Amino acid sequence: MNRKVTAWEKVEIARNPKRKTALDYIENIFDDFIELHGDRNFKDDKAMVCGLARIGEQNFTIIAEQKGRTTKENIERNFGMPNPESYRKAIRFMKQAEKFGRPVITFIDTKGAYPGIGAEERGQGEAIAKSMFEMAKLRVPIIAIVIGEGSSGGALAIGVANKVFMLENAIYSILSPEGYSSILWKDANRFKEAAEKMKLTAKDLYDLKVIDKVIKEPNGDSEESFSKIVCSLKKEIKKVINEMSTLTTKEIVQERYKKFRNMGEFINLQEE
Amino acid sequence: MIVDKIKKQEVKNVKNKKPNIDIPVGKWIKCDNCKEILYKEAVRDNLSICPNCGHYFRMHIGKRLNLIIDDGTYKRFDINIDTPNPLQLEDYPRKLKSLREKTGLEEAVSCGIGNINGEKVVICIMDSAFLMGSMGIVVGEKITYSIEQAVQKRLPLIIFSTSGGARMQEGIISLMQMAKTTAALTKLHEAGLLYISVLTDPTYGGVTASFASLGDIILAEPKAMIGFAGQRVIEQTIGESLPEGFQTAEFLLEHGFIDKIVERKDLKETIYKLIKFHKGGLTYSE
Ligand SMILES: [Zn+2]
Repeated sequence: MNRKVTAWEKVEIARNPKRKTALDYIENIFDDFIELHGDRNFKDDKAMVCGLARIGEQNFTIIAEQKGRTTKENIERNFGMPNPESYRKAIRFMKQAEKFGRPVITFIDTKGAYPGIGAEERGQGEAIAKSMFEMAKLRVPIIAIVIGEGSSGGALAIGVANKVFMLENAIYSILSPEGYSSILWKDANRFKEAAEKMKLTAKDLYDLKVIDKVIKEPNGDSEESFSKIVCSLKKEIKKVINEMSTLTTKEIVQERYKKFRNMGEFINLQEE
Repeated sequence: MIVDKIKKQEVKNVKNKKPNIDIPVGKWIKCDNCKEILYKEAVRDNLSICPNCGHYFRMHIGKRLNLIIDDGTYKRFDINIDTPNPLQLEDYPRKLKSLREKTGLEEAVSCGIGNINGEKVVICIMDSAFLMGSMGIVVGEKITYSIEQAVQKRLPLIIFSTSGGARMQEGIISLMQMAKTTAALTKLHEAGLLYISVLTDPTYGGVTASFASLGDIILAEPKAMIGFAGQRVIEQTIGESLPEGFQTAEFLLEHGFIDKIVERKDLKETIYKLIKFHKGGLTYSE
């Protein structure tokens, strides 16, 4: 049974409603966590969970896309599809993290930013752009963890981090394989083929240098394998924060800038 | 003969469902708004605006440059790059090649330095005729390079956007261009330099959700369609049809997301005026 899991199978795993959500990780990785609400402007969008957490003596700011664990919760949380208020709430917590010198940990798990009338009226595009803008210049370390579905700008909006981790069976892509195949090939039924082509698995993204570390997922969805994932995430978070503790704020920003500045190698025609 | 051409074009328009693009097919062009068959020269001489009803056609980079930049002052940046085709799609390089031949453009954006009534600026102009102005590695790199040039030379930055969003053919790497261009803009911001973003029809997706929405001043052409999610996606998601005027420049103005709608004929003067307003700021001591 050690057959390689196909890209499409990973999509299905990442989307499985039983898959652990951001709050499951947050509650288990950190020794203490308190959720805080609202964007101080329009509302508290429950597709994004923000708050404060601690491992030992180290405090963190948490920003997390949250899918529901039940149907009722999913409706409350808009199936983890953020409206602009989510990103504005995230920005508020980023700035607070900077003020109080707390590293930021983000959890990415969304089908995408919500495509709705209200979302457009309240500037979905602007909210995503501004979130990335604030992250790019934030003077504290940021770690982003792709735990499930990382789809489109709605995922990247909280993904401009110094280090990006990704669970082995999570996916990260420009949009869903279904959307990709219907836009590019005008055929919504070629989604499996699209999943293979899109390079959306953790390994593909590591090879493309889009992410920095693949977090292994032991076989099966037992509590034991979950606690192994929690354990490695905790270890990696501590390690990165420890490594970065000697950096100046300028270096922290510069390191992150360089990472995204170099996204997308190109062919230089002048040198040929 | 003429009738033949018109017929052909009509069929083509219906089939491709791509309104407004004035790709030179014969001497005639149909206005997407009033359906009038127009003499191409007449449209061209009228700032690519329908002489019959005032409808804005999408503009080619060359024409946009003529409209905005002083004659003979535009110098394209000497940056000659190509995509490595990160998803290794078989037909993508062929598609790029044929588009280059058809449009005479290298890519969906042209970037350089030029003057606006004598004021030196860094200017980027996108073109929807090239793969819907989508942003892949080349577009992302050229825009980022332009932002860096503006910082280095301490010049105002003007970007004319028109785009369907991040380029599907380059997958996740296209998505990352949103972060790359946005991060570059933080440097411009910290250098205290002016960025005027001009939104033209259509501006969507990953371009709206990155540099296009981050101008100190955001202008738009009348009736330009601007948004994050595409209208079909929204309709499918919410299961109802969209209100009249949804995602137009006027809609964005009403909801507070752009500073001003400016008619094409007034764009150059308005941008010039705004540049002047941002010069000679007082520096107060700490
Ligand atoms: Zn007309």
